[in-house]
Amino acid sequence: MRALLCLLLAGAIAGCASAHPQTTTTPARDTTEAGVGLGGTSTPNADPFPSTYTPFPSRTTVIRNVNLLTAAGPTIRNGAILLQNGKIVAVGATVNAPADALVIDGTGKYVTPGIVDDHSHLGVYSAPGVEASSDGNEATSPTTPQVWAEHSVWPQDPQFPRNLAGGVTTLQVLPGSANLIGGRSVVLKVVPGRTVQSMKFPGAKYGLKMACGENPKRVYGNKGGPQTRMGNVAGYRAAWIRAQDYRRKWDKWNADHKGDPPTRDLGNETLAEVLRGNILVHNHCYRADEMAQMIDISHEFGYKIRSFHHGVEAYKIADLLAKENIGASIWADWGMFKMEALDAVKGNMALVDHAGARVIVHSDDPSGSQRLNQEAAKAMAAGAEIGLPVSEDQAIKWLTINPAWALGLDDRIGSLEAGKNADVVLWSGDPFSVYSRPEKVWVDGAMLYDRTDPSEQWRTDFELGFVPFNRN
Amino acid sequence: MALAVAIAAAMPVGAQTVAITGGKVYPVSGPPIEGGTVIIVNGRITAVGSGIAIPADAQRIDATGKIVTPGLVNSATELGVQEVGYGAGPNDETAKGKDNIAAAFTVWDGLNPNSVMFAPARKDGITSFVVLPNGGLVSGQAALLDVVPGTTSDMMIKSPVAMVAEVGDPQSAGVNSRGELIVKLRELLEDTRFFQTHRDAFDRAQTRTFSASRLDLQAMIPVIEGRLPLLVYVDRAADIDAAMRLAREFNLKLMIGSGAEAWMVADKLAAAHIPVLTGAMNNIPGGFASLGQRQESAGLLRKAGVSVALIGNAGGGDEEAFNVRNLKQEAGNAVSYGMTWDDALRAVTLTPAEIFGVSDRVGSLQPGREGNVVVWSGDPFEFTTRVEHVFVRGREYHDKTRQDMLMERYKTLPGTHNNPPQ
Repeated sequence: MRALLCLLLAGAIAGCASAHPQTTTTPARDTTEAGVGLGGTSTPNADPFPSTYTPFPSRTTVIRNVNLLTAAGPTIRNGAILLQNGKIVAVGATVNAPADALVIDGTGKYVTPGIVDDHSHLGVYSAPGVEASSDGNEATSPTTPQVWAEHSVWPQDPQFPRNLAGGVTTLQVLPGSANLIGGRSVVLKVVPGRTVQSMKFPGAKYGLKMACGENPKRVYGNKGGPQTRMGNVAGYRAAWIRAQDYRRKWDKWNADHKGDPPTRDLGNETLAEVLRGNILVHNHCYRADEMAQMIDISHEFGYKIRSFHHGVEAYKIADLLAKENIGASIWADWGMFKMEALDAVKGNMALVDHAGARVIVHSDDPSGSQRLNQEAAKAMAAGAEIGLPVSEDQAIKWLTINPAWALGLDDRIGSLEAGKNADVVLWSGDPFSVYSRPEKVWVDGAMLYDRTDPSEQWRTDFELGFVPFNRN
Repeated sequence: MALAVAIAAAMPVGAQTVAITGGKVYPVSGPPIEGGTVIIVNGRITAVGSGIAIPADAQRIDATGKIVTPGLVNSATELGVQEVGYGAGPNDETAKGKDNIAAAFTVWDGLNPNSVMFAPARKDGITSFVVLPNGGLVSGQAALLDVVPGTTSDMMIKSPVAMVAEVGDPQSAGVNSRGELIVKLRELLEDTRFFQTHRDAFDRAQTRTFSASRLDLQAMIPVIEGRLPLLVYVDRAADIDAAMRLAREFNLKLMIGSGAEAWMVADKLAAAHIPVLTGAMNNIPGGFASLGQRQESAGLLRKAGVSVALIGNAGGGDEEAFNVRNLKQEAGNAVSYGMTWDDALRAVTLTPAEIFGVSDRVGSLQPGREGNVVVWSGDPFEFTTRVEHVFVRGREYHDKTRQDMLMERYKTLPGTHNNPPQ
């Protein structure tokens, strides 16, 4: 019963997606996108809330005798991995362990890349879920591209450390889905911090949250509209027309610097950056027919949709998603909690995967986010049941490199390859077993969670005194 | 001839003899049996054990290398009373009631046996379920049914199995504070007691007015007589304690639902023989009444000696309707967080049957019980395990769900719009 309330909050009010910022403080090793995606030349102030994240202290670590699901090739049985200076340095049957390395025996255990959840509302819908902390939907107008999720994030949300304990190392925190255009998302590292800036993933692109279907028309149906799906579409198009106009004026001024610069408008600034390809679109959209219409709108205005979120009907247009190179950020088995979720099927992920489109296991849920591995396992079983088996080597991509791609970070995280950030999870067993749990989690080489050591378990300020036990 | 046809039509296809042989049988009421046999005759289990003679006319199911368990019992569902959770017309699990009291509400009277929700549940091994009312202070009465075709009467195992109340949310009870909520509940219980002994005067309109309607008071009588359990949905340890005080005062048979912080009063619950319905997939301090929510809860309660029935409590995709099937995942997680495997199996089979007073009918593999049996390809809680056979009341079901039909239709794109083969 309580659960249904949560679900409605997530699906109807909270749930949805957007994207998140990056910074100009990108470390030298992350230069691949330096200066790109920040809108540095086209927006007057591209990065007003720069990341202050610095990796936590780490020591050289070797995990050996362990099974590695790399998301970049076949499983390495009884292999090893070396983490040094925040990076993955070597992965293979054996690695050379430097003399000062902490050596962990992983016999019977598994190592995976850190899990990436591209649909989270942590910090914007913090726990406890009280009105005072309900900061995920600026439901005052159907089009609010001017808001940024990061300005709602409460770093002391006790859901953050729980996510880390579930093996999640990177999150996209999105505004909710009340609005047609909900605002900017933010990409966070799941690390303790005093400020949201200190959690922001350096160099990550921002995202834009858009939402189809029932939620916007329900929220605004009696508040001036949109009241219908056709009203929704008119709303998106009107916003993009304004954004094109705004972009044209700024692009012209940026080129010639003639006269006064155009007046800044925060909302159009964000939308113009989408049109320039510098912000990634994350579109909450359940139904196949609506996704197809959103794709047409993106063609009309010349932007790309990076991923459809909650696409319970993605399997019906998996070929179109493959052709358009759009991700499907979906659940394993949620469905029927509203009309647009009616045709949810357990085989969605397997069907989409076999059609050649990119599957992303997402949560939209602080509990589910802690068990994305189990969600993937259910979807694998559903695939097997309909004759579309999915290997563990493929399913691990749904949890890591594919969502990393959706965030534009697949060159830095999402796989166990030399040179990638050392975001790594050590599991007690096969991560696709219901009985396996993360034992240790590293972010940029720093071990930030150790199930066996309470002193290595992050507790938020909120939890002190309020939460009457030590989690493990 | 006509008579014979009529009888044949009325008889379930499986109203015959079935022998499930060779599997590892978990009767739950007793120790597991390697290479065991389960015999079902005319819908009921007649024998369970090893070295049992197999009737010549039996349909044989070879379960060698498989696991055989009772069908799973989901103790907290809206099956049949909620088709689409939100925005698609009224759902039938919540009564309007009077002043947040709806004790007379018999939720199963609104149940739709033709709901598309049943097939996916049964296909994943759920053979019995409790349908719960919700909302208000006293939500109404719950019933326990089997997932079989026919009418609600055909499905029914027992009604009512509990009176449901929600304690801990003053707003939904229509009061301002927790203490006031208890006052309101006490007033209802006192009025019920008075009503019970002054029925004649009431019918002559010679009593004072009561806090609840005649039908609500009448429905509460079995509760104050300790015959019908009061299933209280409550999370905070202090609120559980307040409910326990009230239960002692009125000699109520109390059960706790949700129970985020029940583990904090586990010893007291065990001593008072109060069972708890809770889950193992929620650790979010979602409100100030559930700061102690943790995944170890079910295991800790069991360790203290509390009877625990596992239910969904984390909200995953409508766990009381579409995803009631994920009960096995809840059980697997309970094991990961400290419950023994045997206790987890019991918590989704025999314990709920005992709690709701139907262990003579479902929840275990014993002679005389309904033929609710599942054959699993392996560990029932593991994701890779398939449900290979589901029997409910002795009939095997091969459910083709609405979802199966959709997948068939779109497996090869662009898909088809023809009727799927029946």
